[in-house]
Amino acid sequence: MTFLAEFIYIIAAVLFVVGLKRMNKPATARRGNQMSSIGMFLAILGTLIHFDILTPEYILIGMVIGSAVGVILARVVKMTEMPQMVALLNGFGGIASLLVGWAEYHKNPSADLYTAVTTFLTVVVGGLTFSGSVIAWAKLKEVMSGKPILFPGQQVVNAAVLLSVVVGGVIFSIDPANNYPIFIGLMAVGLILGVTSVIPIGGADMPVVISLLNSYSGIAGCLAGFVIQNTVLIVTGSLVGASGIILTNIMCKAMNRSLANVLFSGFGSVTTQGKSEKKGEVKSLSAQDAYMVLESSGSVVFVPGYGLAVAQAQHACHELASLLQKNGTEVTFAIHPVAGRMPGHMNVLLAEANVSYDLLKEMDDVNPTIDQVDVAIVIGANDVVNPAAREDKTSPIYGMPIINVDKAKNVIVMKRSMAAGFAGIENPLFYKENTKMLFGDAKAVLQELVSEFKKS
Amino acid sequence: MPFSIDPIYILVLAGFVGFEIIKKVTPTLHTPLMSATNAISGISLVGSLVAAGSDHMTGQILGFVAVTAATINVVGGFMITERMLKMFKKKEKKS
Repeated sequence: MTFLAEFIYIIAAVLFVVGLKRMNKPATARRGNQMSSIGMFLAILGTLIHFDILTPEYILIGMVIGSAVGVILARVVKMTEMPQMVALLNGFGGIASLLVGWAEYHKNPSADLYTAVTTFLTVVVGGLTFSGSVIAWAKLKEVMSGKPILFPGQQVVNAAVLLSVVVGGVIFSIDPANNYPIFIGLMAVGLILGVTSVIPIGGADMPVVISLLNSYSGIAGCLAGFVIQNTVLIVTGSLVGASGIILTNIMCKAMNRSLANVLFSGFGSVTTQGKSEKKGEVKSLSAQDAYMVLESSGSVVFVPGYGLAVAQAQHACHELASLLQKNGTEVTFAIHPVAGRMPGHMNVLLAEANVSYDLLKEMDDVNPTIDQVDVAIVIGANDVVNPAAREDKTSPIYGMPIINVDKAKNVIVMKRSMAAGFAGIENPLFYKENTKMLFGDAKAVLQELVSEFKKS
Repeated sequence: MPFSIDPIYILVLAGFVGFEIIKKVTPTLHTPLMSATNAISGISLVGSLVAAGSDHMTGQILGFVAVTAATINVVGGFMITERMLKMFKKKEKKS
């Protein structure tokens, strides 16, 4: 490899690292993203120059088509649809890695052991990333049911698929030149593996799956780097792989579940009813009453859940928050790590509604002082504020970190009805002494509150 | 290409750099972070370009599809990240 190309790759790698580093806070994040994209541009330019592959026009055609599709996708996507879009883009990265591995093998079938091993791993992980992402996309987009798909003997099937990857991989690696059919088979098995590993996972566990697929796409890129002996692929792939692993870990911790539990248990398929016979009385209040409470309170914490996004109530929520601030109330938003359908999703939705990012607080920052909060308003969230996670050892979500809204002086829960959350778990919060239910569509209710404020 | 230990060094060190950097990212920005790393993982575009530069017909077709897919990943990813980050604003006036 020429000196120039390697030099450009080093600059690109530095730009990726510094760019990602700047993503650590909102004030510098945009610059960080720009640096990363410049890094990518340089890496591509360096490759084109080095390999002198500007000549076949079809490469440029591919890039033009890809750019056009990318621009369109980026323009039309709604912020609520971000998880499925990220899943889809992830899939494109996965299939690209798979094809790189395939093309390399096709070019040079009699590879040595080392290359053979990395090639087969590339196509398996690439294929798994692609098909897994497509399934995740379909589930999030609700093209297919978000419910876990379980069937008898599923574990056996999964084991068989995994076993065939290992066996096929070994046979292929020993003699790659004479085993093209096995190579094709390995690609197919990789694709099957992606499907079988994502279908048993429930819609509410999607934050974990997306993080994990993100990691896989990095690993696939990294492996492809081994195959074609390209350092910038290895560096970048491992950066992305590490990032995905960290996010996966954060998501699992936020749900108090191990990764294995998320991947294999089909959580949410069985409606485990945490039996709480001694229900108290549910007290509901009207928007007018809620206004009276809010009007006189010094501090308010909003706890938004995915229901807020479903009801498209972010803007109404922001409007109410601004009115409260004008009224001299201290307003914050407490965001649970798994609120939304991907890590940090809720923050993006609130940012879109113009909520200032310094008002967005993490669970761990809010909990220590929540007993001094006058009113906690829970909007479209359920399990992440369920005190059973703290108190009821028999509850399926026992041990999951929650936002302790029940400790606030008053709690107003906006909810359509008394239906249970995704896991079908009763929420004792609704029966607490300091809790009042405000029934109705979140958006309509918030707008009512806003007009109450404007009247006065 | 024979086995060499160097790429493994690179892998391990880059992985550590990744862990250290990403750990410090505020949870507020996890979605943009994810779409940015997603775009960066489209680095397989570089590999796709190499593959597309092949002399074989099959290699060229595979490369062409790979280039298209990876470009969607890269361009879409970076633009979406930019769109999201633009929305994160801090309001100056505090009443």
